[in-house]
Amino acid sequence: MPLFARLYNFACWLTRDRTAAEDLVQETFMKALKGFASFQQGTNFHAWIYRILRNAFLNSQAGLQASVSLDAGDDAPLEPSTAETPESLLLARLESESIQAALHELPMNFREIVLLCDFEEMSYQEISLAIGIPIGTVMSRLSRARKAMRTLLAAKLQGVPR
Amino acid sequence: MTCDLHREKLAAYADESLSPEDLSGVEDHLRACPSCAAEVLTLIQMKRATRAAAASLTLQPEFRMNPDFRRKLEKSIQSSRRPRWKSSWLPGLAVAAAALLLAVTSFVVLTARAGRNQAIAESLDLHVATLASANPVDVVSTDRHTVKPWFQGKLPFTFNLPELQDSPYKLLGGKLVYIEHSPAAQLLFEIRKHQISVFLVQNEERLGPLNTALAATRERGFSVETWNQAGLRYVMVSDTSPADVHALGELLRNAAR
Repeated sequence: MPLFARLYNFACWLTRDRTAAEDLVQETFMKALKGFASFQQGTNFHAWIYRILRNAFLNSQAGLQASVSLDAGDDAPLEPSTAETPESLLLARLESESIQAALHELPMNFREIVLLCDFEEMSYQEISLAIGIPIGTVMSRLSRARKAMRTLLAAKLQGVPR
Repeated sequence: MTCDLHREKLAAYADESLSPEDLSGVEDHLRACPSCAAEVLTLIQMKRATRAAAASLTLQPEFRMNPDFRRKLEKSIQSSRRPRWKSSWLPGLAVAAAALLLAVTSFVVLTARAGRNQAIAESLDLHVATLASANPVDVVSTDRHTVKPWFQGKLPFTFNLPELQDSPYKLLGGKLVYIEHSPAAQLLFEIRKHQISVFLVQNEERLGPLNTALAATRERGFSVETWNQAGLRYVMVSDTSPADVHALGELLRNAAR
């Protein structure tokens, strides 16, 4: 997917609103334009532009409300893994819609990191640069986010009539 | 149930973010442990499903991109430039605007690999493929007056080849290849049974940065030398010594002057 469409898609996931997403992408491009001098050749463009998008989002009305959840929740110890979910089985029965619904339900910081990793296909290093957290936190947040996602999907599966 | 020891490493493996030191250890473990292998498979399936689901959001009517949006954005980028036209940071801004407009209009996908030298990476792959090929070149000739004209009409540029009579190098031939979607010449030379590929392509930004006049490196064990001359990017790749590569490079540079 081209950069422009990807940024727009990501903005939709953050804002969940078409107009807000358009505003966000527009602001990102304007800010990137102004700050282009600060971008150093050879450094990571992907992480750089995502960082601008994220900051623009955090400064927006919707972002202010979400900001609490974006940087929270990494200090709690990881709960021991309880019942294993047979995801392979689960995936076979889950439609894209269910996964989208689960993503929407995830707390903002979890949704963001799952999308950066799985949709944007960023490495841990890039994610660390883009959100400004250490790699160790990237790994633990991702792990929590995926567990939360599995739980949501498992709940959806149980809701599916057999 | 998977081995707890490997949980985060398995995720890093599926996410292609495992450190090189850990990679072989995890791969060995996966060969021996079916439950961890199944876990990795699940992680990868989940990633794929998530990617597909995430990408399809903007296919929904509710989130589909307004066709006017792009045009409006391009306009606003341009108009934002105008009022500041007199300011002293104009040149930087103009360059930045051009670069970003390019990003918007030409669908440039800048990935994690931004910054890596694309021309060198592709040249290495092409050289390795040539070594493995039964027909390494399309024009087979040791005569530079045969090889050079063969490229006429096939490339949007031309180049000069050096006289090799009194040198240890021998021209084997050439073929047309593509580097970053641009037509390029691959010339194959030989020195003491070692083959040297020389790639010539029009110098463009997408080939990757080249900050020094001449860059000599080792990549995957190959000697590599690259430079810009007369609007062309030259990349030489060989398993012979850097000195042998450099000496042929000098001959090529002199011929192009």
